[in-house]
Amino acid sequence: MTALARAWDSDFLYSFRRSPVAVVSFLVVVTLVLAALFAPLIAPHDPFDPATLNLMNGFTPPMTPNAFTGETFLMGTDDQGRDVFSTILYGMRISLFVGFSAVLFALILGVTLGLLAGYRGGWTETVIMRVADVQLTFPAILVAMLIFGIAKGITPVEYRDQMAIWVLILAIGLSDWVQFARVVRGATLVEKNREYVQAARLIGRSSGAIMMRHILPNVLNSVLVIATISLALAIIAEATLSFLGVGAPPTQPSLGTLIRIGQGFLFSGEWWILFFPSVTLLALALSVNLLGDWLRDALNPRLR
Amino acid sequence: MLAYVIRRVFQSLIVLLVVGLVAFSMFTFVGDPIDNMLGQERTDADIARLRAQLGLDQPFPVQYLRFLENAIQGNFGVSYRQGRPVAEIIAERAPATLELAFVSGLFAITFGIGLGVFTALRRNGWAANTIMTLSLVGVSLPTFLIGIVLIYIFSVELNWLPSFGRGEVVDLGWWTTGFLTASGLKALILPSITLGLYQMTLIMRLVRTEMLEVLRQDYIRFARARGLKDRAVHFRHALKNTLVPVITVTGLQLGSIIAFAIITETVFQWPGVGLLFINAIQFVDIPVMAAYLMLISVMFVMINLIVDLLYFAIDPRLRVDRTAAKG
Repeated sequence: MTALARAWDSDFLYSFRRSPVAVVSFLVVVTLVLAALFAPLIAPHDPFDPATLNLMNGFTPPMTPNAFTGETFLMGTDDQGRDVFSTILYGMRISLFVGFSAVLFALILGVTLGLLAGYRGGWTETVIMRVADVQLTFPAILVAMLIFGIAKGITPVEYRDQMAIWVLILAIGLSDWVQFARVVRGATLVEKNREYVQAARLIGRSSGAIMMRHILPNVLNSVLVIATISLALAIIAEATLSFLGVGAPPTQPSLGTLIRIGQGFLFSGEWWILFFPSVTLLALALSVNLLGDWLRDALNPRLR
Repeated sequence: MLAYVIRRVFQSLIVLLVVGLVAFSMFTFVGDPIDNMLGQERTDADIARLRAQLGLDQPFPVQYLRFLENAIQGNFGVSYRQGRPVAEIIAERAPATLELAFVSGLFAITFGIGLGVFTALRRNGWAANTIMTLSLVGVSLPTFLIGIVLIYIFSVELNWLPSFGRGEVVDLGWWTTGFLTASGLKALILPSITLGLYQMTLIMRLVRTEMLEVLRQDYIRFARARGLKDRAVHFRHALKNTLVPVITVTGLQLGSIIAFAIITETVFQWPGVGLLFINAIQFVDIPVMAAYLMLISVMFVMINLIVDLLYFAIDPRLRVDRTAAKG
């Protein structure tokens, strides 16, 4: 049996094939991620190149030729004549980039601190878990807003727009590490008394090596589940911050920024400027969420 | 019991001191207040004088203590952007946020418990299943999209309800209220639903799970065997016993309602504290940010403390468990 066939027959992929929700949401996520990755190839227009913009194209409804130029746009254009479909593709790039980076950052920070707290114990554990407790008292979105505000205050005015994306990643990542740290600490507390850890200690491996090479692989399952659910939360958090005007700047619009802009046209009848970015965000958040739910059940042996 | 209460109060104080330190550091490290207060034409002597006058030449711990002293008295300085005392601005905007939070909390509790009981009793009915599916979608929707959808349906298409602001308010001297005018009440509907929807689904799912659990218990079967009416069994016996966890979760959610009001207030341009905070972040108005942070932490810490103590008082089993676990 080839490795591929064996993987196809594994419990994990079997339960994946048997769950239509998981398959559909996986396909949606993959399509959206690919569309975002290859945005420059797919997008009919470059929304950030003023040379390709024609103000005469402004407010063209979807799939109808413009009265002046005769051009047709799949999802219409905004007030500046930018193709909405292209701005969504580029916006999704930023949303996904911020989401993935923030989760990666939270994961590395949370897993490291969780391992340290669980393995070392003593005052290391007390300090880390106290900080986590204090942070958990407040909703993550509030913590992210605050970090964003402080970081914005520290950055010099001329760099603010440039740095906004990185500040956003920092803010969302820092607001989310606690989940990882708590779960990894809990799992580490259990694992560190197992025989294999005692054996590793006995042959004289350093604590760093024991944490990284022995304990970490055994707690990765739960980390993976939290990471998927965190990704959905991070995408929504990014969209919310950008929507509130404290996230991605208009020069680098994410899906949230596009919705913020589109909201301005809600009353004047240009529904497509708001509608398409909202639906994209919804599809993205919902499918990542459903995938995370399925993953949690699939990786949980008690539910099988 | 007493030791637990004291330890819990002590922990809350430490949390507040830490948050106070964060708020204070914002003043110290984010921008120089002297820069904000003195114009271009300043001399070194001016700077030194103002520094001494504001106490900025004192060591860090002394400054921190002074900041705490001022904060306790509700004095957070002057907003960089509006040039007015922060305490005054917040006092002016607090009624809007508190009324919104109150109505959405009421909405979340009433509908949450009502629908929770309904979905538990008609477990396999089509209505209950529809509600449960919708609630899943509702949880995945970001708050601001819910607000926009509601505005689109009820303001743009149907033109029934206003899409922004508080409507007409009545000024009671120290409090402005929207409860006393028709337009004020109408303006409350959409923002309250937007803000309360997430909490409602949460309470609903909790009540449903707890109800299903309780309905399996023997005393429910005995109550039925005694010939009690369904109504009495469901509400007197079953619902009553689900309320302890519901009270805890609801209490904790109260804090989130006030925090999430930031988003709802932005969507509906509701002139409350949350909108003030978002504008403060956009313009890096440190005194307003610090004051909001302190205010909301006091609120969160108090709610957490009260809920913890309440839980402790309501459920005697916990006392045994906790001491056993700690000991």
